[in-house]
Amino acid sequence: MERKKGFIRIGTILAVIASFWFLQRLFMPKYMGKVIDGALIAEYYQETTKHDVIFIGDCEVYENFSPITLWETYGITSYIRGSAQQLIWQSYYLLEETLHYEKPDVVVFNVLAMQYNEPQKEAYNRMTLDGMNWSLSKLKSIQASMLEDEAFLEYLFPLLRYHSRWNDLTKEDWKYIWKKDKISHNGYYMRVDVKPSTGAPPAKKLANYEFGSRAYQYLDKIRLLCEKNNIALILVKAPSIYPHWYLEWEVQIENYAKKYGLTYLNFLELSEETGVDLQVDTYDGGLHLNLSGAEKLSVYFGKILAEKFHIADHRGEAEYEKAWKEKVLFYYDKKQEQLLAWEKEQTESASTVDDP
Amino acid sequence: MLFTSYEFLGFLFLFFLLYFIIPKKGQWIFLLCASCLFYAFSGVKYLIYIGCTTLSTYLVSRRIEEIGEEQKAFIQQKKGTLSREEKKAYKASIKKKQWNWLLFCLIFNFSILAVCKYANFAISNINSILRLTKSDVVVPFFSVALPLGISYYTFQMMGYVIDIYRGKYLAEKNLGKLALFASFFPQLMQGPISRFDDLSETLFSGHSFDIKRVSFGLQRILWGFLKKLVIADRILPAVNTIIRNPDTYQGIYVLLGMLFYALELYADFTGGIDMVIGIAEVLGIRVKENFERPYFSKSIKEYWNRWHISLGSWFTEYIFYPVSVCQPMLKLSKFSRSHFGEAVGKRIPVYLATILVWITTGIWHGAAWNFVVWGLMNCIVLLISQELQPCYRWFHKKFQLEGKWGFRLFQVVRTVLLMSSIRMFDCYRDVPTTFRMFFNMLTYYNWKEIGVQEMLGLGITAADYGILVMGTVLLITVSLMGRSGSVREKIARKPAAVRFFIWYGLFLAVLLFGAYGEGYDASQFIYNQF
Repeated sequence: MERKKGFIRIGTILAVIASFWFLQRLFMPKYMGKVIDGALIAEYYQETTKHDVIFIGDCEVYENFSPITLWETYGITSYIRGSAQQLIWQSYYLLEETLHYEKPDVVVFNVLAMQYNEPQKEAYNRMTLDGMNWSLSKLKSIQASMLEDEAFLEYLFPLLRYHSRWNDLTKEDWKYIWKKDKISHNGYYMRVDVKPSTGAPPAKKLANYEFGSRAYQYLDKIRLLCEKNNIALILVKAPSIYPHWYLEWEVQIENYAKKYGLTYLNFLELSEETGVDLQVDTYDGGLHLNLSGAEKLSVYFGKILAEKFHIADHRGEAEYEKAWKEKVLFYYDKKQEQLLAWEKEQTESASTVDDP
Repeated sequence: MLFTSYEFLGFLFLFFLLYFIIPKKGQWIFLLCASCLFYAFSGVKYLIYIGCTTLSTYLVSRRIEEIGEEQKAFIQQKKGTLSREEKKAYKASIKKKQWNWLLFCLIFNFSILAVCKYANFAISNINSILRLTKSDVVVPFFSVALPLGISYYTFQMMGYVIDIYRGKYLAEKNLGKLALFASFFPQLMQGPISRFDDLSETLFSGHSFDIKRVSFGLQRILWGFLKKLVIADRILPAVNTIIRNPDTYQGIYVLLGMLFYALELYADFTGGIDMVIGIAEVLGIRVKENFERPYFSKSIKEYWNRWHISLGSWFTEYIFYPVSVCQPMLKLSKFSRSHFGEAVGKRIPVYLATILVWITTGIWHGAAWNFVVWGLMNCIVLLISQELQPCYRWFHKKFQLEGKWGFRLFQVVRTVLLMSSIRMFDCYRDVPTTFRMFFNMLTYYNWKEIGVQEMLGLGITAADYGILVMGTVLLITVSLMGRSGSVREKIARKPAAVRFFIWYGLFLAVLLFGAYGEGYDASQFIYNQF
């Protein structure tokens, strides 16, 4: 009798824990709809092969470089570990975590992230941090990223954070409760549509153009971590015209790269070499590149990786071929899907304009 | 550290864990340390204030008792040698000495309270008078932060020292134990204002882990969380929208705001007290109930006997009775009887003591005129209803209303509306605005203006209203069930599966429907402010 009671008690406790776990999965945002940026970080853990190049940063990397193009053109394997408004310390801890799984030859970091010296928005923090697997790096990243009114416990038990979504649950939440669709191409967020640039708004005057000490501290940490692991660090500024990249910022990054012998590429100044044309290669007026732009940029950047950094060509290697074949197929499927959808949209909007 | 914060829950979890691990003998010391730590979270410097109150109360209460013992010893020694008059004179001189010590203690501690809580109120009034006299002098405001729970612990300790003076019980000889009585952390922020003889019985003794008691305590805490997070904090945005925009929200909205506030205040305050009593229950400490289904009261008098019971009884015992029977009052009563007749003479001490009680009750709630007027309004309504008692009785008898269900319901609704109207002084926090909005509510008929969209414009969603309705129904159901005995006992008698689903459901309700975490303002308990 006592034994039976004990089993019932244990069973009840397990059922309660399971119910909370279920609710947590249900309530956590899935990022499978219009906003998908929050689903990018977690996809990395499904990777089966190692990567030569790891990109870390925000939309300046995950919307501007195409790992599939790097693979197809140069046989370079790469992955983008980026999320929306990913802060520099989040990039650092993501890199630290990535190094537990693999050791790339090159790490590419986007320097626009240097503009933030303090945590910015909880929603963006969540997009990066919720997707990370539990590790010491994640704990440290949470500690570094939390805003004043955020609570660590809500990261530990996200149900406490998302409990109020009971009224906002959609079919998407039920559909993706156990498994999510793959949405990125090795961390790259594909967009094929075009919205030509009409120029950026005038640059705002800043009170202080000096990057913050915390930003520098983490840039140093990224550099030292790369040095320690014998990884080449490349600093990049994407060809996005907004947010504005100030001359003062450029000088600081140039000086930093020069001081430590790092490669720094400002793609804003390399439009002729890359061939990126913001009249056709952007989907949002110059903030981010579309697929055409990302492919052009990747072709140019891949050449540097192959020639200057001697990244090996893995094409023909069975293990990689097998893994990348699937990725390439998925890439072209999605590309085709998006192109059709966009063409349809274009036709519809044209007919709406023609229709009096 | 708010009761509803993660920090407090973490603190509580660790505290419970350690409390039952350490030897029973040391539990009260551990509790004292935890209380000091809890208090220090609000600011280490505030420990000085509560420390001063504790020490002064301890020394004075000990001195008063010593004087009493000296008297006993003296009389014993001089037994048979002192005449009755000599004995009487000696006792009077001893009483005088004790009184002087008591007075010193009261003045000292109420001065701390006055300086911390009321100095700026006084200065603001002085400045207003100076402005009226066209004076250029402006008295600068006093920069002093209000120590956590100062009104509660000061009143509690002054009640203790008065009881010692009255010889109600012996003074506590252990300073640490008295310090624990002053700082017992669950009740530090919003009461109840406990009596030493009630609390000390279980506060200083050791307690073993009793599964039933601990479960009951946790259940009570959970119920408090539900009231606070699911009801009070959820309705808060709507209350704030109405109250902070009196020019926009008029007429029917004033009534709505008044009723919403009644619900918020009840859920907030009783929820907080449930947590206090629940925490104490887990520890094995008995804290007296502070509410007894006040919204089911049929009169204002009954309401005040069932709402914030510990504060009401404090004022009755330590202000009302002593004032109404003090020498000057008796003389005044005698004078009135001889000059204005028996009826008036009899009423004067009672009326004056009642007025004093309600002014101090108002001031206790906050250093502002709206609280003073709130107190006076309560007093006026109470005295009028007392005077009209014969009329009521005649009316009830004539129309045979007594005991009828419909009439009882009318009395309950009337009391709620009346109390809520008076509470508008607490809502609007400004006397002219409160009067303006009260008359606006009675004279501006905009019933047709209120619709679904307007209700949703108050800052809460349709889903919030749904939760509030369910929460309120649950509150009322539990209150009704509570009339015939402990609801938790009733639940405990149910089969295990039923019990499980009730408490699991309640926990889920708090977890999912609670207004906490990111996106919600961590709202402190209303009574923490007093």
